[in-house]
Amino acid sequence: MAFLDRGARAVLLSELAAGLWLTLRHMFKTPVTVNYPYEKGPLSPRFRGEHALRRYPNGEERCIACKLCEAVCPALAITIEAEPREDGSRRTTRYDIDMTKCIYCGFCQEACPVDAIVEGPNFEFATETREELFYDKAKLLTNGDRWEAEIAHNLAIDAPYR
Amino acid sequence: MSAAAEAEARIKSFTMNFGPQHPAAHGVLRLVLEMDGEVVERADPHIGLLHRGTEKLIEYKTFLQAVPYFDRLDYVSPMCMEHSYALGVEKLLGIEPPPRAKYLRVLYAEITRVLNHLLNVCAFGLDVGALTPFLWGFEEREKLMEFYERVCGARLHAAYFRPGGVHQDMPAGLGDDILAWCEAFPRVLDAIEELLTENRIFKQRTVDIGRISADDALDWGLTGPMLRGSGVAWDLRKAQPYDAYETMEFDIPIGKNGDCWDRYLVRIEEMRQSLRIIKQAMAQMPGGPVKVNDRKVAPPPRGEMKGSMEALIHHFKLYTEGYHVPAGETYTATEAPKGEFGVYLVSDGTNRPYRCKIRCPDFAFLQATDFMGRGHMLADVVAIIGSMDIVFGSIDR
Repeated sequence: MAFLDRGARAVLLSELAAGLWLTLRHMFKTPVTVNYPYEKGPLSPRFRGEHALRRYPNGEERCIACKLCEAVCPALAITIEAEPREDGSRRTTRYDIDMTKCIYCGFCQEACPVDAIVEGPNFEFATETREELFYDKAKLLTNGDRWEAEIAHNLAIDAPYR
Repeated sequence: MSAAAEAEARIKSFTMNFGPQHPAAHGVLRLVLEMDGEVVERADPHIGLLHRGTEKLIEYKTFLQAVPYFDRLDYVSPMCMEHSYALGVEKLLGIEPPPRAKYLRVLYAEITRVLNHLLNVCAFGLDVGALTPFLWGFEEREKLMEFYERVCGARLHAAYFRPGGVHQDMPAGLGDDILAWCEAFPRVLDAIEELLTENRIFKQRTVDIGRISADDALDWGLTGPMLRGSGVAWDLRKAQPYDAYETMEFDIPIGKNGDCWDRYLVRIEEMRQSLRIIKQAMAQMPGGPVKVNDRKVAPPPRGEMKGSMEALIHHFKLYTEGYHVPAGETYTATEAPKGEFGVYLVSDGTNRPYRCKIRCPDFAFLQATDFMGRGHMLADVVAIIGSMDIVFGSIDR
């Protein structure tokens, strides 16, 4: 009987017909693709995207130049120089991230004791030239100002797990 | 015999390059094939185009900083790569992660296995001419990478399994979504199987292609589905259970003939077994911390770090100097989706590994290309490479 069964399947192309029927049914399902620049997939609060330097609500920059992020960065992408400001507080004079070296591991934001450097939710920062990806302190602070609402929201959601 | 006829009789075999830009070469494999007509006489894989010196780089990183390098070895199954390393460092340190971390690792190792096998099975189908499963498989991979992203913040390069546990606990609600996915996924698997498994075109391309006997597989150091496809029931999750695999109930699927079709079937069944493990891990998941309560190894929680001077000192120490690992050596292997992924770590008592040798399963697979491909047609080499499941991130490291 097994012989007959196999023979019938071979002649009737049953598995090919079943496969075609299956694909045909799938053609009438709702597509799962999103129309990217207009629609975007969900992102979790932990998403590690473009870097940003944050400020305190009073406008003072958070970074105190402890250089933990520089020390922990496995790709050596961060360069910091610091000296005391006129008011005596320790601040960075230079905070560069080479985004072409960065591997987005998130160690810098883990290491930061004051939540100054964070990897925000922005993933659309492609540039046309390589030089534009060498971020300096001004660029990072601008990022922080632009994304502060989202970053603060994400940090608040994730706070119980950190 | 005339001179012309003699010259024709001594015709040299034709040498051709397969890859590194060939889409079926799965990355940057350059295969130099000696062809007699359309029959392969010798296959010579050339590697090294993706060499980044990972092993040497790791010698200059602290034990924590080396974690992201492992994601980038086999970038199709990143967390399984970290798994061996985390277990190896823990062995040297003599610490054991808390139970919840063990279950989280098992959960994510199995999600990674499904991720890897989905890519392989679907890309294998694509290699031999079936486009549709690839699209369906990637829809599921997208969902799984979302689970990745929700737990660790990255879709591929997780840096989630750390020596001493895992980085962060699962966020609330993720477990339910994973279970809901577990309920829906078998139907997708059935659909993929309906298009491939019994399909005569697929079978013509895979049955009896690239056969490996069980003895050959053992002799050439093949592991994972390459070994199980040949009928050897060897799985490190059963043979030397690590983390929470002891308490998991699952079967080891094995093949009969060791051909490309058997390896495909083994992978499909392994995905079903992985679903079983994921469900068990979710059901048995204990509560509690997710990293060791040892401030010399795992950093303190942020709340504590901001309030306590001692915790802040630990935090600074761990993120600059790192932890010192006692002198010793260990070979720790786990069952990665592709096979036995081992890390041979030598520590000289400092905060950096003295040596970190990485044993990748697909490196061993690649040397089998020659004897598997010999006597087959050129098109079968594509099927053989597809069924080997090689990823150049880990072969070239």
